[in-house]
Amino acid sequence: MNNGTKRIVTATINGNETSLMVDNRMSLLQALRDVAGMTGTKEGCLTGDCGACSVTMNGRVVDSCLVMAAEADGAEIGTVEGIAHGHALHPLQTQFLQHAALQCGICTPGFLVAAKALLERNANPSEEEIRYWLAGNLCRCTGYRQIVEAVQDAAAELNSAGKQQTAGR
Amino acid sequence: MKPLEFHAPRSLDEAIGLVAGHAQDVGILSGGTDLIIQYRAGRRQFGHMVDVKHVPELNVLSYDDKTGLRLGAAVCCDQFTDYAPALRHYPGLVEGAELIGSTQIQSRATVGGNVCNGSPAADTICSLIVLGATCVVAGPKGGREVSARDFMTAPGKTALQPGELLVELRVPPRANGKAGRSSDAYLRFIPRNEMDIAVAGAAAALTLAADGTVTAASVAIGAVGPTPIVVEAAGRALIGQKPAGAALDAAAQAAEAAAQPISDVRGPAEFRRHLAGVLTRRAVELAAHRIQNG
Repeated sequence: MNNGTKRIVTATINGNETSLMVDNRMSLLQALRDVAGMTGTKEGCLTGDCGACSVTMNGRVVDSCLVMAAEADGAEIGTVEGIAHGHALHPLQTQFLQHAALQCGICTPGFLVAAKALLERNANPSEEEIRYWLAGNLCRCTGYRQIVEAVQDAAAELNSAGKQQTAGR
Repeated sequence: MKPLEFHAPRSLDEAIGLVAGHAQDVGILSGGTDLIIQYRAGRRQFGHMVDVKHVPELNVLSYDDKTGLRLGAAVCCDQFTDYAPALRHYPGLVEGAELIGSTQIQSRATVGGNVCNGSPAADTICSLIVLGATCVVAGPKGGREVSARDFMTAPGKTALQPGELLVELRVPPRANGKAGRSSDAYLRFIPRNEMDIAVAGAAAALTLAADGTVTAASVAIGAVGPTPIVVEAAGRALIGQKPAGAALDAAAQAAEAAAQPISDVRGPAEFRRHLAGVLTRRAVELAAHRIQNG
């Protein structure tokens, strides 16, 4: 339904079909936070520089501040809220905690979304590949080292879990 | 911002109708990584946004040895920079496209949008120029072609008339065979490691004969003038020579002489002029290295 300046957008968010009434001027970030109430995705710079608003859209990691809410109609959206399975944290999340890869935590959802997308594309990234992939995610607290190490250890954990699964067959 | 109507046409005719129908009051949305920033800041104001990403003609991505590359204006950089024929035949254009923004920006930004944004610092325009690319434009009065070197007309301005949109970029096939072997390169200087906008940029396209002599050369420099600058004298200095020594010095000097930089927050004019020469030298060397080792 589109009555000119507002519309209903139906997107699959973290696997759930969700319909939202949005103003056409809204960004996807605003729709997620203010309409869907999903405040895990953070507002940082609103100019696509900091990555705090990172989500996946149709399989690619994007800055949701630079996506119009209207574009999400028919799209598959992945947010930080979809990374854990209930209370079972994803290896990236447990490694971030283990490595103290967060302090204030405002950048963390964006880093998790972006890092998860990296590991799904490249299961064994080098340090340089990790740093370049995450160059669009800024952290003012940690100095990045702990984040990079958390991603490396999560990759190793996922790879060994994969090997265990295969070995068990 | 005034109320916004949002359209997502499914055909080129529908898109033209919308863009022309709202000609002075429309923003064309491809990746949105320039448009949406400008819209939020009030630098672009319009009552209609037309998302062109669902128009099939703007999503073409194909290559043919006889006709070259076709790159639809809505193809995102992430997709384009994975396209094997582009990597093989136009590595400089690909490296320019890969430099735009971050992973998140690459998922959305398009080479078409990079060009239509009209910034002389754009990371793809210099490569498109040296490769002899053509911009295919559509509008209410029909289609036309504009060469890449004529497409940017002033900072933030392009040859697009109200009601027109860019459909695709066409890049001719490179000379490979008896005529020689070709490659290209693009380099830019930025203060950080990633994400910045070019302080200066240079693209070079070369064809070398079997003995290593330059048979064709084209150089363009970016971010050092109101539009990208074609350095004709650099090309002339290289033709008939090996891309080294005095010929390479002359090409670099020609680039310095051709640059018309301003001093701004990204750097002083003298530094940018110096960079134009350095980057030209390195881009020529890289293109030659690619030919010799490819």
